[in-house]
Amino acid sequence: MAELSGKYLVGVYDDDDTVLHAVPRLRKAGVKIKEVYSPFPIHGLDEALGHPRTRIGIAAFMFGVTGCCTALTMMIWMMGIDWPMIVGGKDPISIPNYIPITFELTVLFTAFGMVITFFISNGLGPGTHFHPRFDVRSTDNKFVMAIDLGRNSMSIEDISRALKDSGAEEVNIKQF
Amino acid sequence: MHVTSPVREPLIQGGKTYADVTEDICRHVEGSPTKEWKIAFGISLIVLAYGSVCLAWTWWEGLGVWGLNKTVGWAWDITNFVWWVGIGHAGTLISAILLLFRQKWRTSINRAAEAMTIFAVICAASFILMHMGRPWMAYWALPLPNAFGSLWVNFNSPLVWDVFAISTYFSVSLVFWYIGLIPDLATIRDRATSKVSRFMYGTFAMGWDGSAKTWARYEYISLILAGLSTPLVLSVHTIVSMDFATSVIPGWHTTIFPPYFVAGAIFSGFAMVQNLMLITRVVYRLEDYITLEHIETMNKVITLTGSVVGVAYITEFFIAWYSGVEYEYYAFFNRMTGPYWWAYWAMMTCNVISPQLFWSRKLRRSITFTFFISVVVNIGMWFERFVIIVTSLHRDYLPSSWTMFSPTRYDIGDYIFSFGLFFTLFLLFSKYLPVVNMAEVKAVIRSTSANLPQKIAGVAKVRQRGTAEPVYNKDKE
Repeated sequence: MAELSGKYLVGVYDDDDTVLHAVPRLRKAGVKIKEVYSPFPIHGLDEALGHPRTRIGIAAFMFGVTGCCTALTMMIWMMGIDWPMIVGGKDPISIPNYIPITFELTVLFTAFGMVITFFISNGLGPGTHFHPRFDVRSTDNKFVMAIDLGRNSMSIEDISRALKDSGAEEVNIKQF
Repeated sequence: MHVTSPVREPLIQGGKTYADVTEDICRHVEGSPTKEWKIAFGISLIVLAYGSVCLAWTWWEGLGVWGLNKTVGWAWDITNFVWWVGIGHAGTLISAILLLFRQKWRTSINRAAEAMTIFAVICAASFILMHMGRPWMAYWALPLPNAFGSLWVNFNSPLVWDVFAISTYFSVSLVFWYIGLIPDLATIRDRATSKVSRFMYGTFAMGWDGSAKTWARYEYISLILAGLSTPLVLSVHTIVSMDFATSVIPGWHTTIFPPYFVAGAIFSGFAMVQNLMLITRVVYRLEDYITLEHIETMNKVITLTGSVVGVAYITEFFIAWYSGVEYEYYAFFNRMTGPYWWAYWAMMTCNVISPQLFWSRKLRRSITFTFFISVVVNIGMWFERFVIIVTSLHRDYLPSSWTMFSPTRYDIGDYIFSFGLFFTLFLLFSKYLPVVNMAEVKAVIRSTSANLPQKIAGVAKVRQRGTAEPVYNKDKE
């Protein structure tokens, strides 16, 4: 099916509930859905599409641990080892006084690390503003389903009919 | 299926479709600036210019141009700093804590409230730089060896904690706000007709496509960012309060400060959100999105936090007497009956009595009254910080050094500077960025809207009136 590579069938839905119910129906009928694009998050859609659960939380935890360790190492080294300093009669290494900064740096590292991971894993970034779009209305009021014809063994007509049956108001063909 | 509880009042009025939401919010971004906006922007630029001249002189000549003396070493500078930082607490509270509590009413106001937070923290930071006197030495507060010798900053000091807290709070709030903006920037990018706006919004939208995978990750990181910002927002004003509480000055040295400051921060922050939103909703005709229900809910938060602040004032006063520490007692007695009695009673009236009027449902739902009380609350909260700082310092342990503080024109001018900066930034935001989070409103519209149309996704009503052609028709191959 070499002639079909880069060719997409695009189903346009006008309701979030319709598209959410259409996804399992189409998958059951044997249609391999590439992705659904929507103007707002639809709960349960990623599971219905069979996307694996995001692991960004694990990354966030790792960044948090890094931030925590960085803060403690920095303060213990600076105040306790490099230039031991006694302020207010306290031990140079007084962990309770280090808690605020440790907390702040944990949050800082987690937030920035997680957001950078988010950008990288979604392929977002400055300069990607000519991202291929299946239907420009998917950021306004339409819910757009993209089906990669190169990866489906069903015929275009069969998939189109299945899309129409599942509630799509338009079915278009896009070639990249 | 989506089900709406009949006991809840709808949050979105006017039977909006998804396309209506896009149209209503984007209209202000895409149109040319209105006359009112230009006038308001012009005024804030003039205010900013006057403030900048005063600030430039303060930095050129030194802090001697302020009314500070050897007894009162902190006055308007730190008062203004704490006041602005406090105001900067509402946005993150609305977007983070209310997200964790699944309060859907936050969706209409979180964008503007977060923007306000960021600008308020910028104003607060400007007072930190001002009170350093030599702002070009500001990097000395960072953990660098002092004067590049070998002595480091003192990590036991709350002032150093503050450097970390404010900068973390500012940058995390900014990131949180920006992540929420990306889907809306993509909406504007896809509607843009001119090359310039397509390029600008397209660059900042970073190629957002709204795929299910991206949205799943987006929701996940929003939740984690909210979880992180919730303790962060509480920690920031806690640390600000420790700037005072860890000292040994009577009137400052109290353990009640962290919760008391945090409640006060949320109190004044919500008042500022009310002020801005009441104007924005009228100017941008957002009455269907920011409804009386939103205003009433925010007034309830103001009453709650105002009551916490009131209880804190009374507790503080009681403990000053009950502890038997004569210096502590004198500090509080002096606040109430000393030469600054008017500041103390202004604070008590504005902060303790005025929010209690919101127990009346009629007053709570009155827009004019809400606006009035919000201004009163912000005045009261400024006086609170003034009372804490100046009246605790002006009569110290040595009666021969007792004195009064009076502001010079540069104290006032530098305060005016922060207003100019704040309103200039807010006006730029409200013109060039969507003031309501479109994606989040669309996500809750089905469960919270009144007169829901049969087809929510339908074509915007505005277009039927023939104002603008839908942009996407041009995209056909």
